[in-house]
Amino acid sequence: MARITADKIVVDFPIYEASARSFKSAVLQTATGGLLSVNSAHRVVVRAINGLTFDLKEGDRVGLVGHNGSGKSTLLRVLAGAYEPVSGSLQITGRIASMLDLWLGMNSDATGYENIFLRATIMGLRPKEIAPLVDDICEFAELGDYIYMPLRTYSSGMQMRLAFAVSTSVSADIILMDEWLSAGDASFNEKAQTRLQRMLGNAKILVVASHNEQMIRTTCNKLMRLLHGNMVEFVSLPTREAGHLS
Amino acid sequence: MASRERRNLTLAVKDVWDGVRRIYIWPMLGWQDIKQRYRRSVIGPFWLTLSYGAMVAGMGPLYGRLLQQDIGSYLPYLATSFVIWILMSSIIIDACSAFIGAEGYIKQVKLPLTVHVLRLVWKNVLIFFHNFVIVLLVMFIYPPPLTWALLLIPAGVLMLALNGIWLGLLFGMLCARFRDVPQVVSSFVQIVFFLTPVMWRSEMLGRKQWLVELNPFYHFLEIVRAPLISGGGAMRSWLMVTLITIAGFLVTLLVFSRYRARVAYWV
Repeated sequence: MARITADKIVVDFPIYEASARSFKSAVLQTATGGLLSVNSAHRVVVRAINGLTFDLKEGDRVGLVGHNGSGKSTLLRVLAGAYEPVSGSLQITGRIASMLDLWLGMNSDATGYENIFLRATIMGLRPKEIAPLVDDICEFAELGDYIYMPLRTYSSGMQMRLAFAVSTSVSADIILMDEWLSAGDASFNEKAQTRLQRMLGNAKILVVASHNEQMIRTTCNKLMRLLHGNMVEFVSLPTREAGHLS
Repeated sequence: MASRERRNLTLAVKDVWDGVRRIYIWPMLGWQDIKQRYRRSVIGPFWLTLSYGAMVAGMGPLYGRLLQQDIGSYLPYLATSFVIWILMSSIIIDACSAFIGAEGYIKQVKLPLTVHVLRLVWKNVLIFFHNFVIVLLVMFIYPPPLTWALLLIPAGVLMLALNGIWLGLLFGMLCARFRDVPQVVSSFVQIVFFLTPVMWRSEMLGRKQWLVELNPFYHFLEIVRAPLISGGGAMRSWLMVTLITIAGFLVTLLVFSRYRARVAYWV
């Protein structure tokens, strides 16, 4: 069972650095980004998400598009459960894998082996769930004996492969991605895409934010367009092989 | 409105409970924090033990003489007092960055906020145990009174750690919202060090000894220290500590249930 139900969710970021006085009674709309306004407590706030309502069900592959600052990343973080909406209601059922930052939890001084546990734990796995994945991760990331070396001794390609391998070894009902993931050089990336597809194939709902609308049209079956935190378009896409790269 | 408050309270309690239950996360992160400091060092975290030993060995004789104390009774006093003081003061100081320092996690994934607090408490408890080796060593040379009160020591340490939880949540929130608070806290901790009988003994105040009873830090010191020094159970201090613990958790729960969801916006 996986489902995301959002009802008029609003996200306001308070800006404590700005003096509210200079914004008093002024409501500014910037070219990009959320609406700047002053809330009831005379504080400057940025409205990043402005009353979104949607219902995502199993099988939905949603592509989020919009300019920088349109609220895509914020929406992903709200779905990840990091930000609780200021108002409105959000109900999520299903295990979430947040792939927003593949490096979150990793430590460059820790060994590759330690990092597998650090990263996977932050992804929500328990040690006994991680242990059986270790071999597969090591093999996929092509690290060999480097797995017992500190992460900072790795080449950037190896670091990327490890982060990618751990993050994609988790199975989840709902997957959140900021930009389509890729890893390493062309030959490795092919392998990486296969692995990513396998993970996405097992997931019931995918929400991916991207600037690449073409990519979204080929991989997703729904498209949500955001503008200044508002939903300006939410349509079904003609399904080709939904969820698969052509 | 009342239902909303009840819901917030439930979520706050759930956060604490879920945080505690993630026993596979916070001990690992806390241990990583210590390991991080001693990577590539040969004796690793035992540097903590060593430097604490050096401090006690250096300050013990000097301050024993300055305060005209018999070294056989002052050295155990100092070694025990300081190790508890370090635990308390570092928890308070770390509490200020409990959430600010975990910004990356808080803004990206859904984890109970309590996890970040337990991480810092656990880190400091581990440091405490490393330092405590020195206390044991001193006790070996100058044996403490063997009384049943010694059994209260683990409970005392547990009590200190428990108080670290509400303190970490409360100060973590305060400091995330008001960035001047960490500065205030660190000056405050420095002053409290001199006002609390860590280096000196409460008896030295003579007729004004009752003054230390007003200092909560004194009671926290006593519940762990008294069994090792006087052999007493420090029942009055236990009572005070229990009251502070209950009050602390109640206040924190009220603040936490109100502002828990705001922390992600503050960090």
